[in-house]
Amino acid sequence: MVDSKQQWKAWLYLAPAIILLLIFTVWPIINTVRMAFINGFDFSYIAENTKDEKIISIGIRNFADVIRNPFFTNALKNTLILCVLTVPLSTFLALLIAVCLNSIKPLQKLLQTIFFLPYVTNSIAIGMVFAAMFNIVGNVVGNDIHGPLINNPGIINYVLEFLGFDRINWMNNGSSYWANIWVMVIYIVWNALPFKILILLGGLQSVNKQYYDAAKVDSTPKWRVFTKITVPLLSPMLAYVIITGFIGGFKEYSSIVGVFGDILMGPPHDPGRLNTVVGMIYDYIEKRNFGIASAGALILFVIILIVTFINLWVSKKKVHY
Amino acid sequence: MTDQKNIAVMHSKNLNTEKVKGKAGKIIGKIIVYAFLILMAIIVVFPFYWMIISSLKSLPEYKLPNPTFWPKQIMLSNYINAFNTASLGKLFVNTMIVGIVSTILSLVITVLSAFAFARLEFKGRDTLFAALLATMMIPGELFTITNYITVYQFGWMKTYTVLIVPFLVSVFYIYLLRQNFLQIPNELYLAAKVDGTSDIKYLWKVMIPLALPTIISITILKMMGAWNSYIWPRLVANDENHRLITNGLRTAFETTVAGEVDYPLQMAAVAIVSFPLFLVFVFLRKYIMKGVSRSGIKG
Repeated sequence: MVDSKQQWKAWLYLAPAIILLLIFTVWPIINTVRMAFINGFDFSYIAENTKDEKIISIGIRNFADVIRNPFFTNALKNTLILCVLTVPLSTFLALLIAVCLNSIKPLQKLLQTIFFLPYVTNSIAIGMVFAAMFNIVGNVVGNDIHGPLINNPGIINYVLEFLGFDRINWMNNGSSYWANIWVMVIYIVWNALPFKILILLGGLQSVNKQYYDAAKVDSTPKWRVFTKITVPLLSPMLAYVIITGFIGGFKEYSSIVGVFGDILMGPPHDPGRLNTVVGMIYDYIEKRNFGIASAGALILFVIILIVTFINLWVSKKKVHY
Repeated sequence: MTDQKNIAVMHSKNLNTEKVKGKAGKIIGKIIVYAFLILMAIIVVFPFYWMIISSLKSLPEYKLPNPTFWPKQIMLSNYINAFNTASLGKLFVNTMIVGIVSTILSLVITVLSAFAFARLEFKGRDTLFAALLATMMIPGELFTITNYITVYQFGWMKTYTVLIVPFLVSVFYIYLLRQNFLQIPNELYLAAKVDGTSDIKYLWKVMIPLALPTIISITILKMMGAWNSYIWPRLVANDENHRLITNGLRTAFETTVAGEVDYPLQMAAVAIVSFPLFLVFVFLRKYIMKGVSRSGIKG
């Protein structure tokens, strides 16, 4: 069937996809690397009237600028902290929920549907809901003699006080860095659960029942069944969920915009405090520092590659296929 | 079982109590499992509940020292005010234009490419397909920088084009549809060729109907993508005439330094934006779950 007619027909059908991919995918890969290594590549390098006079010098100044920028290192720190906290927490919770869901009969379908609900949401919009839940209601910045005017501490603090804990300034003026981080961790975990539960539950349902029957005959304790049978059999899905979790975690950005707003990106007294690597890259693009933005994006890419390889290397040792 | 029971009864009371204990343990275990799942379900649902009841409260009620868990007076007017404050109508139209046009074009491109990869034989097919899959590993931020320059040089800034064209091709969708096309027996194609049916007619009459679930999945994900997209539109078309709904929502309710926000109004706007997604969830959930379980891609 390989005839020349099929040849050109195939390329004709592929033409729109290939042309668009060349412009918007292949060229960017080449050009981003190029811009990263041209010192100080900014808007003047592409503006019509100044482009020809530019003396191009090749080097790693963009990378040096990125790494030396305290805002970038702060963003990197935030990104790492969020990754390290959210990925294990959401994976563990999702595993627990999936195992529990798999062990029940009545209500299983209903609960499964409920747990998938956060997936089909707009992360900016629901981020605003989380902000409303954690925010102290009232005018928190009060300089007059009466001090700040607090109407109520917000629903989360209300529940905390009801349970006998102290209220926390989660994200208002004067809130601490770790309080901000925990707001983000709670939101990101909440948002990450449905995908992980879906994958892990799918894995559990395809596990061969014989292993469990054998364990039942031996009257193996529940906890041992979990650690010795369920987790090993589920390990390919766990590895998948953890790897995609880390990749997503390093690209965290819009959830923070949702909760804190894209202008503030932090509590009002310390704007930009919660910015992430991706947020930094967009800031550079907006300032049209394309070279530095490219260097930042390449650094992010390399970090993601390294973390993925570490994950794969660990899972090669631990995963039972 | 009965034998065992008899022996247990006959020989030892201890064994019997142990068995009862085992049964009680099982019931307690079930109770713990259900309690945990229901608690987690409440945590998952709570933000939606809070969004809806807050959107129906009056501002003075929202500010009460003890929050109410059901609005005393239902303020539907919040929704009208929110709709006007954030000019959601215009944002909705913009988003629909971008969503519908990009979904249609994207489907045409995806179907043609998937067909070529699944059915036609040409030199370098497998190499090209592998190369396409490899691009999926690169984070999108890497493309954004150059694409920003490219669309600037094309003079596309602040147009619908800039919101539609750069994202028309999705390697993931091509992959999904190709896998689906491959399941359709090749004999059908050969038979159609013998009858002199054209490729396009064959695609339209046979392949697309058979792969409809996947095509519906792609359509939903693409439309949701337009509805939820935020980063790219903010960079290239964040002007009054082309702003999309998510950008408009965030911009209309930017956090103020004082922290004095009209939350009922804001929550009403959030609820309006969330409502279409909720409908998708209720009626089209299985298509999304099918697409999702094959990738970690959102939207």
